Amino acid sequence: MNATADIIKPHAVLPDAQPLLTLKGVTKTFPGVRALHNVSLSLYPGQVTALIGENGAGKSTLVKTMTGIYQPDGGEIAVDGKVVALNGAHDAFAQGITAIHQETVLFDDLSVAENIFLGHAPRTGLGLIDWRTMRAKSRAVLNGMGAGHIGPDDRLKDLGIANKHLVAVARALSIDARIVILDEPTAALSAKEIEDLMMLIEHLRAEGKAILFISHKFDEIYRIADRYTVFRDGEMVGEGMLAGTPQNDIVRMMVGRAVDQIFPVRDSQPGDVVLSVKGLSHPTEFDDISFDLRKGEILGFYGLVGAGRSEVMQAIFGTTQTSAGTMTLDGKAVAPKSAAEAIESGVVYVPEERGKQGVIIGMPIFKNVSLPSLRKTSKNGVLQLAEEFSLARQYTQRLDLRAASLSQDVGTLSGGNQQKVVIAKWLATSPKVIILDEPTKGIDIGSKAAVHGFMAELVAQGLSVIMVSSELPEIMGMSDRVVVMREGRVAAVLDNKDLSAETLVRTAAGIAA
Amino acid sequence: MNALLKNREIWLVGAIAVLIAVIATRFPGFAAPRNLSTVFNDTSILMILALGQMVVILTRSIDLSMASNLAFTGMVVAMINAAYPGFPIPLLILVAIGVGLILGAINGFLVWRIGIPPIVVTLGTLTIYRGATFVISGGAWVNADKMSPDFIGLQRMQLLGLPVLSWFAIATIVLFFVMMTRTALGRSLYAIGVNPTASVYAGIDVGRTKFFAFCISGAIAGLAGYLWISRYVIASVEVANGYELNIIAACVIGGISIAGGIGSVGGAVLGALFLGIISSALPVVNISPFWQMAISGTAILLAVVLNARGERKQGRIILKKAEAAAA
Repeated sequence: MNATADIIKPHAVLPDAQPLLTLKGVTKTFPGVRALHNVSLSLYPGQVTALIGENGAGKSTLVKTMTGIYQPDGGEIAVDGKVVALNGAHDAFAQGITAIHQETVLFDDLSVAENIFLGHAPRTGLGLIDWRTMRAKSRAVLNGMGAGHIGPDDRLKDLGIANKHLVAVARALSIDARIVILDEPTAALSAKEIEDLMMLIEHLRAEGKAILFISHKFDEIYRIADRYTVFRDGEMVGEGMLAGTPQNDIVRMMVGRAVDQIFPVRDSQPGDVVLSVKGLSHPTEFDDISFDLRKGEILGFYGLVGAGRSEVMQAIFGTTQTSAGTMTLDGKAVAPKSAAEAIESGVVYVPEERGKQGVIIGMPIFKNVSLPSLRKTSKNGVLQLAEEFSLARQYTQRLDLRAASLSQDVGTLSGGNQQKVVIAKWLATSPKVIILDEPTKGIDIGSKAAVHGFMAELVAQGLSVIMVSSELPEIMGMSDRVVVMREGRVAAVLDNKDLSAETLVRTAAGIAA
Repeated sequence: MNALLKNREIWLVGAIAVLIAVIATRFPGFAAPRNLSTVFNDTSILMILALGQMVVILTRSIDLSMASNLAFTGMVVAMINAAYPGFPIPLLILVAIGVGLILGAINGFLVWRIGIPPIVVTLGTLTIYRGATFVISGGAWVNADKMSPDFIGLQRMQLLGLPVLSWFAIATIVLFFVMMTRTALGRSLYAIGVNPTASVYAGIDVGRTKFFAFCISGAIAGLAGYLWISRYVIASVEVANGYELNIIAACVIGGISIAGGIGSVGGAVLGALFLGIISSALPVVNISPFWQMAISGTAILLAVVLNARGERKQGRIILKKAEAAAA
């Protein structure tokens, strides 16, 4: 498509505008992951630049690099045209760079004034904190930004999240920040609070601050931003003025990638409905979730972070309680009240973080495998070690686990083999439905292929799989159908035949075609 | 982990052997089997209590109320015995266990259902149970002359050459060993201590398991209440005042990690024995009780340092050959 080529070329910058902050060729690598590659970015005074990209595009790493939390492996950062080294949050602070995060990083038990002036409080002649000046300055800053309803002596924890953001902004103003990064500030705000925040951003812009605005929400981006920068896989793939750039062009930049992963070919013929969810609701997290999962099917769950996918899965697994809705498993109504009940009925959940939520380091392999099946391996309340061993042997052999002995501490295994122990543990409960939450997050490409191959094998054996994933290629490469969630609701259930990445992203972000 | 734990226990056995040898140089009779069996008997109550405490500590909790529970239950059984001397002793022991279990269940309920941190809950009940002991007794003592001969005599009886009190300890050790290694509850106690999140996903109810742990430590404190009163033949508000620290010290010396998930029955028993040997040997070799406290304290710190070294992460094994060698 011609348009793509045009857009990727940066728009001409106004000749008289000098960028306040520039990143040139910045690269940051973590073991096995290239988080940022040769990234360039410019922020201009009095302009709001929107940073757009899928999950894992490198946005968080970029913010951390700009605020001195991470040091880049290569490239340079310049403020006012002078190259600076940001060797810690303090250096970024000294350069006038400040970030306001989705979850505020302030101190709940301190007063508003203390929060605003923490680290740079005015002192009296004796070196003590000058409370009177601090209160007066706080009031001046808050009044100046139209937030006079917040008092300097209010406890931060008594304020709502929107007001906490205002305090964070006041803090930025009090240190005379010139570069303000807003990292998904609206994620937890109501519509009215978002509007207040937008006014405030306009106020900051009018004061000549250079603003980087990170958001998943296109309506906000078009409402507030002057410029855009699109990231994909740790690279900057396009930038320019937002006015006159259609949403679809930006979506195309976000997803337009070469497919470099090969997924197993499956001859999938899903059978009868195994799990049927109808009208599942939660007071605050999700509403009216309905879908069917068929035998031998991989059902993908796609959505932006915070769309409520994991929360729905936890409800199905019995660890979150629901306010309405029904579930049937093989035609029988189920309402699990605990993980134990869900496992008993044949639903298992392989959580996102293998280390934290999967294996129990310090326990031998066989005890890890038998943990959810202890009822099966005990007789009259006494555990039968021989039974535990044979259960563990049976399933670890099937997965080709490489370990010298099943009595070996699971912590001594490599990551891939630990993953196999986790999967063996769940297979040993003979489940009907297996829910995999971000099954390949943070593992290398070879292990990813192994997990994908294994998923194909699971469904070939008649199991049904729900795969929650934020990775487009994985969703498109593995799913038979995709449930797209947006803001706690099912936005669409799409058949994977002829499904395009753009359709998925548009549906998840709520953009009309 | 098994190899590591065995290692830890062997270390402790070695330390105890050295301790006995050093004491024997100044007091040769100390190492005689007959004397050692007396030391074991003297330490029985501490061993039993340490096992109850271990179960709680494994779940990343702590029970500070055990000694107060012991005093309360002890007072209850002493008063029952004083009022109804004919009340059968085996039944009285069951009453002690039952009362202790109820007090433990109160702790467990507050931790599980109300979600108060264990240290706060049991710090509160430590005072409450001690106060309740005063309330039911009116501050009065129950002396030996008010207790029935059966009540006092049971644990002095010999069975196969050992006092009954020692047999109580041995039975408790065996029971706990089976529970910790061969029941789903024992396995769950370890699992939630090491990794509560993973345990939830494996279908273990973390809160309920903690509740059970507190019930166990309560029941154990109740049993120890009877044993304590019938051994020292006096029930008062001051019984075992501050003893919760000895119980916790025994666990820590025995290699039970305050961070949860690590520890064994053998460790708790050996930790208690270590303290028991120090407290019974030092007076006979004319070392002041203040030295005794200093030595116990040093042993605790030493144990913590040694355990911290043992628990230090060995790093991920990535090399294939290292993976094979680790087995």
